Amino acid sequence: MADIIIKNVAKSFGSFQALHSIDLTISDQEFMVLLGASGCGKTTLLRIIAGLDQMDVGEVWIGDRRVDHLPPRERGIAMVFQNYAIFPHMTVFDNIGFGLKMHRHAAGEIKRRVEKNAELMHIEHLLGRYSGELSGGQRQRVAVARALAMEPDVILMDEPLSNLDALLRLEMRAELKGVLAASKTTAIYVTHDQVEAMSLADRISVMNGGHIVQAAKPIEIYRNPANRFVAGFIGNPPMNFLKAEKKGAGSWQVAGCSFKGPKTGQELLFAIRPEDLQPSDNGLPAAVKIVEPLGAHLLVTCEIAGQSFRAVLDSDLSLKPGDTLKLAPTMDRIRWFDPATDLSLTQQR
Amino acid sequence: MSQAQLASPKSAFHEGRLLFKASVFLLCLWVLGPLYLLLINSLSSPEAVSGFPKSFLPEMDFGSLEFFLNFYGMIDALVNSLLVASMTMVLSIAIGAPAGYALSRFDFAGKQVFRVMILLTRAFPLPLLALPLAVLFIRVGLDDSVVGLSMIHTTLALPFAVLITFSLFSGIPRELEEAAWTLGCSRLQAFKHVVLPLIIPGITASAIFAFVISWNEVFAAAVLTIENRTLTAFLLQNLDTAPLHLKFAGGFILVVPALIFIYAVRKYLFAMWGIANR
Repeated sequence: MADIIIKNVAKSFGSFQALHSIDLTISDQEFMVLLGASGCGKTTLLRIIAGLDQMDVGEVWIGDRRVDHLPPRERGIAMVFQNYAIFPHMTVFDNIGFGLKMHRHAAGEIKRRVEKNAELMHIEHLLGRYSGELSGGQRQRVAVARALAMEPDVILMDEPLSNLDALLRLEMRAELKGVLAASKTTAIYVTHDQVEAMSLADRISVMNGGHIVQAAKPIEIYRNPANRFVAGFIGNPPMNFLKAEKKGAGSWQVAGCSFKGPKTGQELLFAIRPEDLQPSDNGLPAAVKIVEPLGAHLLVTCEIAGQSFRAVLDSDLSLKPGDTLKLAPTMDRIRWFDPATDLSLTQQR
Repeated sequence: MSQAQLASPKSAFHEGRLLFKASVFLLCLWVLGPLYLLLINSLSSPEAVSGFPKSFLPEMDFGSLEFFLNFYGMIDALVNSLLVASMTMVLSIAIGAPAGYALSRFDFAGKQVFRVMILLTRAFPLPLLALPLAVLFIRVGLDDSVVGLSMIHTTLALPFAVLITFSLFSGIPRELEEAAWTLGCSRLQAFKHVVLPLIIPGITASAIFAFVISWNEVFAAAVLTIENRTLTAFLLQNLDTAPLHLKFAGGFILVVPALIFIYAVRKYLFAMWGIANR
C-alpha cells in the first residue's frame, strides 16, 4: 500500500519559482502522469518526490511515512531516467541486481528477481552484456527491469521514452502499461507528450508555470479542460475558440448563430474541438483557407467571423481553399470559457 | 565534360592524400630521428660514440650505460628524480581530483573564475618566480630538499590534474550517481561502486602525467637543489664536462620512462579534451 500525498510543496531556483505550492494526492497502484511543456516544473516535482532535489517548503508522504527528509534510498522508490543511467562498467545482470545487492539480498534471491524481471522485459538473452553493446531500446528495458527488480512502493519515470525513435516508443508504451499494471506499483510518469499521457495514465496532472492546472482522468481533461491553457495544450489540433456575445439570459450569439449557454457573464468564449464539427446546412459560416489531407481525416483551417478555426472532417469531402461551408458543432461538446479568467464555465455548472 | 569534372576532384583528392602522407612522414622523422640516434648511441661503446664514421645500427654494447650508472652521483640523482616525481604524483592527485570532482558536480560562486585561475598558475614563467621562491625556501628550510621540490612540481602538475579529472568526472553522467542513490546507495557508496570504477583508469593516467611532468622538469630542479639534484638537474650541471656517451646514456634514461608512460596513458590524455569519454 503506497499512496502519495504531496502537501503545499514549493521550490525556487534563485529568483525562479519552479513550483508554487503543489498539492496532489496519488492513490495506491495509480498511474499518474505529470504532463506539461518543458520548464513547467514536472521534472522538479518528480525529483523532489525521489529525493534528488530538496524542496523549500511542504511535505511529501509515501504510504504512511513522511519521506521529505529521507535520502532517496530510504523512500521505497525506484526511478527510470530519461537517458537510462545504465552503469557502463557492469553487465546487464549486475545492473538489474545492483539495487538488490545494495539492500543486502541473498545471492539466490538476487538471481531469481533479476531473471524474473529480465524475462518480463524480454532481455533475458542480454544478461551478460555491457550497456555499450545494447541498443537504445534494450537499455530502456534494462532500466525498467532494474527499477522493477527493487519491487518498490513507487516507481518514478522521467520521460523514459523520449530518447527512443517513434516506432519503438509505441511498442515500449504499450509494454510499459502492461508491465506496470501487472506489478501493482504506484507510478508517476513525467512526459511532455500528450499522446503518451492520454494512453498511459489513470490520471493526468497538467502542469504549467509551476502550478498543477488540472488533475483528472484523461478523458475528463480532454472533454472538460479546466481552463484555456489545458484546452490549448491537450488535443492536436487544439480546441477552437470563438467570441460569443450575450443575446439574452442563457442565449449567446456566435458568428451569427445562436447557442444556448451559461446564464452568467457578459462576454464569453465559445469552444469546440475540431473533431466535433460536421458540415451542415446551417451552422457556423466558414471560409476555407488551407486543406491538409491526413489520410484518415481532412484537417481544414478556415476563418469564422475573422477568427482562425480548425475542423477535422471526413476525408471524402472535396474542399479547396476559397470554398465556404457551414460547420455544425455537436451540441453537448460545446464548452464555454470566461475570457477574463480563462476558466471553464462548464466545470462550475 | 562530365568526365573532366569527375577527374579534377579526384586528382585533388590524390594530391591531398600525398600531402597528408608527406606531413605524417616528416612528423614521424622529426620525433623518431632523434630518438633513434639516442638509442643507437646509448647502446654503443663509449669509443664508438665519440668515433667516426657512425654506425646506424646499435652495437648492443652496454658500456655507455654502465659508465653512466657508475658515474659519481648519478644513482643518487636517479633516486631523487623518482622520489620527487612520485611525491608530485601523489600530491597532485590528492589535491587535484577532489577539486576536479567539485568543479564538475557542484555549483558554487566564483566557479568560472576558479577555472581560469587554475590555468593562470601556468601563466607565470618559472624563472620569474625562481629567486623569490629560492629565498622563501631557504628561510623555511625547504631548500635543497625532495619535499620542497615536489611541492613546486605539484604546483606545475596540479592544473593538469584538476582539468583532466574535471573532464573525467564530467564524462560520468550525474544520473549514474543519482540512479545509484535511488537504488540504495549513500553518496559515499555511490562514489565507491559507480564513480570510482569508471574513473580509476583516468585517475591513473592523470597521475602518470603528473609523474612525467616532474620527471622532465629541469629549471626548478636546477635552481632549488644543490646537493640533492634530480637527474635532469644533474645532467644539466654536468653537460659541459661530461663525455659524449654519458650525455647520450643520460638522455636515454630520461626519455625512455617518459615515453613508455605517455604511451601507456595516451587514451586518457585525450580525455582532457573530452574526446575519449563514453
